[in-house]
Amino acid sequence: MELIFEKSRPGRAAGTVPASDVPETALERLIGPELLRDTLNLPELAEVDIVRHYTRLSRRNFGVDVGFYPLGSCTMKYNPKINERVAGLDGFTALHPYAPEAFVQGNLQLLYELAGYLSEICGMADFTLQPAAGAHGELTGVMIIKKHFERKGQRRSTILIPDTAHGTNPASVALCGFQVATVRSDAEGGVDVGHLRELMTKDVAGLMLTNPNTLGLFERNIEEVAHIVHRKGGLLYCDGANANALVGVTRPGDLGFDIIQLNLHKTFSTPHGCGGPGSGPVGVKRHLVPFLPVPRVVKRGRRYRWSEDFPHSIGRVRSFYGNFNVMVKAYAYIRSIGAAGMRRVSENAVLNANYIKERLRGHYQLAYDRTCMHECVFTGEKQLRESGVHTTDIAKRLLDYGYHPPTIYFPLIVREAIMIEPTETESKETLDEFCEAMISIAREARENPDLVRSAPLTTPVRRLDDVLAARKPDVCWTVCQGE
Amino acid sequence: MDYVPHTPGEQKEMLKVIGVGDLEDLFADIPAKYRLGGLLNLPPPLSEQEIWEHMGRLAARNRLPGATLTGAGAYHHYIPAVVSHVVGRSEFYTAYTPYQAEISQGILQAIYEYQTMITRLTGTQVANASMYDGATAMAEAAVLSAKSLGRSRLLVGRSVHPEYRKVVGTYAWANGYACEEIPFGATGRLEQAALRELLDDKTAAVLVQSPNFFGVIEDIGPLADLAHSRGALLVAGFTDPTSLGILKAPGDSGADFVVGEGQSFGNPMNYGGPYLGILASTEAFMRKIPGRLVGATVDREGRRGYVLTLQTREQHIRREKATSNICSNEALCMLAAAVYLACLGKNLKRLAALNVWKANYLKEALSALPGWRPLFTGPVYNEFAMSCPDAGAANRRLEKAGFTGGYDLSKDYPELGGGILFCATEMLRREDMDKAVSLLK
Repeated sequence: MELIFEKSRPGRAAGTVPASDVPETALERLIGPELLRDTLNLPELAEVDIVRHYTRLSRRNFGVDVGFYPLGSCTMKYNPKINERVAGLDGFTALHPYAPEAFVQGNLQLLYELAGYLSEICGMADFTLQPAAGAHGELTGVMIIKKHFERKGQRRSTILIPDTAHGTNPASVALCGFQVATVRSDAEGGVDVGHLRELMTKDVAGLMLTNPNTLGLFERNIEEVAHIVHRKGGLLYCDGANANALVGVTRPGDLGFDIIQLNLHKTFSTPHGCGGPGSGPVGVKRHLVPFLPVPRVVKRGRRYRWSEDFPHSIGRVRSFYGNFNVMVKAYAYIRSIGAAGMRRVSENAVLNANYIKERLRGHYQLAYDRTCMHECVFTGEKQLRESGVHTTDIAKRLLDYGYHPPTIYFPLIVREAIMIEPTETESKETLDEFCEAMISIAREARENPDLVRSAPLTTPVRRLDDVLAARKPDVCWTVCQGE
Repeated sequence: MDYVPHTPGEQKEMLKVIGVGDLEDLFADIPAKYRLGGLLNLPPPLSEQEIWEHMGRLAARNRLPGATLTGAGAYHHYIPAVVSHVVGRSEFYTAYTPYQAEISQGILQAIYEYQTMITRLTGTQVANASMYDGATAMAEAAVLSAKSLGRSRLLVGRSVHPEYRKVVGTYAWANGYACEEIPFGATGRLEQAALRELLDDKTAAVLVQSPNFFGVIEDIGPLADLAHSRGALLVAGFTDPTSLGILKAPGDSGADFVVGEGQSFGNPMNYGGPYLGILASTEAFMRKIPGRLVGATVDREGRRGYVLTLQTREQHIRREKATSNICSNEALCMLAAAVYLACLGKNLKRLAALNVWKANYLKEALSALPGWRPLFTGPVYNEFAMSCPDAGAANRRLEKAGFTGGYDLSKDYPELGGGILFCATEMLRREDMDKAVSLLK
């Protein structure tokens, strides 16, 4: 499809600018010619050109509203439309972040109550809503760990991370100047408790654990894990990316976790917007509350206000207060479903994942044959061994069947991994149809492997050359025109 | 309300296929004593109508200002209807990060076009597909500078947004870097002589902002030359990116990184977020910058297409050796910015000029009031700092009349002895400005 720059025609314009109601002094006089630019090379199009361009682009894009998106660990569930509608209220969108506190009592009440709901859901003492995404929350959480030991006058240089963890965990840890040590998984897909005991020394600040982990398995030994970490004075961090399996059923705080980040855009139902904006609130137990980022909302009588009066805070991790508009959606979602709805989320997310696991067993090899939580992990090793079909081929073939593929090649400890997360919002019919497609592809892999290897056949473009893109990077369109 | 489609009958059928008796059996791995016996303590669920009403009441507890005189990092601009129309298409807003390129060509091409627009505006060769906000974009550029050069000292202009300085400070603390401030002078610009003194061989980056927090336009060129003379990098921020419609591109003045807040490009103020961090750089950092990058390539049949590229920089491949931990970013805000820029096109210059004229009009009008004078002599874009008899009282008077007033500088800049920062965008009508001035008489 043509680029917007290729559609540009000199002299066309869409957005017009009002006439000035104040004197129009020459910019050279007001600013000085040496600070001004000569050319402004932006595309020139009429409104209809722009609308058609982006509408056509949108039709080359696959969203949850288009179809099933079983992307493991990403929790791509259906997002209620009412959330979009309330988040679009002028009373929320039109306010300046430095509007006087008296003007924004509704916002402050919402933030205060949302932090309270999240604390109740996770079994934590308090939450900051400032981090802009899950990984930003991780970074904030690790900073809190760093501050905790700084206050205690202890130098601890390492944080433990299981080999199944999301890549963001080690990256967040490294960004805070800690070293990463990797904890092995045991034969059942959980943390190898013996290895943990060996690694957990007084030099270790803590363990970052995703629970349920990225194999979709609950850490059955969590009590012992928490005990080992705490006995050496370490902190237990919960990557809450998989909270969709637990909300309303158990609370990470009760399980022994000291810190958790939630991905509001996953469990608390905000559309992913092609990769953001998200929101990554961080919850902590009482002893870590003083370290939360500033500012924080406080309540005095019936009035809410911002306070920076927390001398031990790690400081700020973002400008203003975080992704407020995402918080509006999460708040509306929690108020919509309530406590019983929260439990129904987990129960049905787990039901759906186990249903897929059972329906596909026998066609694909399971990575770990245990009851799973909200996602299940298969391996395409059988297909690779028997017919030379890779997991990536299976994923590409699914595109022809009209599905977004599952997460593939993750977690890293499973070869040819296929990680399926159906979420609670998908019906039995959808799951059955998806399983039929997966079973057909398994049959095709046996009977006509070339077909699978040549997929996709029906998409606007076929397999793209990633190697060329990386070897000869072309990251902006440099053909000059109209200058 | 809930959003689970299953009927009790279907649940039973599914449990039977799984081979368990009831839902509770699926949670057998969680030790029984940790499973909640009852329900969480949350308010009772509401129907869709009740949610609409409840949220409406909350929003109504806020008070919408008649006009906004505040900028200071968030700007009130008109958003063309096309922008919300496009970002409201669910193929965009309900999609995930484009890992499967064949069914994500829409957003991938939109990102590629955005990258191109940003490099043209900023005078750089590479722009990523969004950071969380301007402050974290600046912090990431600082950390990356230090890591690339193996140096551990950062020099931050005191005229940089106070919250950006704090965020840079937090990231620097976490990494063990030292942060020092470059003072500003009577023009409101940074003192070049002071910078020359401060620079040493440990300095990784000089962080500046133009227009700076006082609205004053810095001269980037000499600051870049100074930084480079000691082997340091120049990170040039900006307040309001609409200023790039008229101002010389920072990259053309020698900036190594151009970073800042992109909210002004088609995103509502939203009480502070979500916003859009812009980060662009010279080609030298293409394989090191954080976040998503889209590259053009071809498919099996030779057709042009787009993919996420150079992913070995990213956390999911490189883990602890990644250049950043960024995963979800602000893609939809970036899409809004791309559509906004397509709508404005070359009219961005006219829009920027309008901002300059309005700000200068208000500045002059306020300067005529007794006891009021501009704090600085440097040229301004759409913000300016004033010294006045009593900033608190001025704001109270403005707020009483429904304005969001100016930003009180006293808490961040005690050395200015009081002061207030005003902003005038194209949204501020002359009659509103006149009214504000008469209120302050």
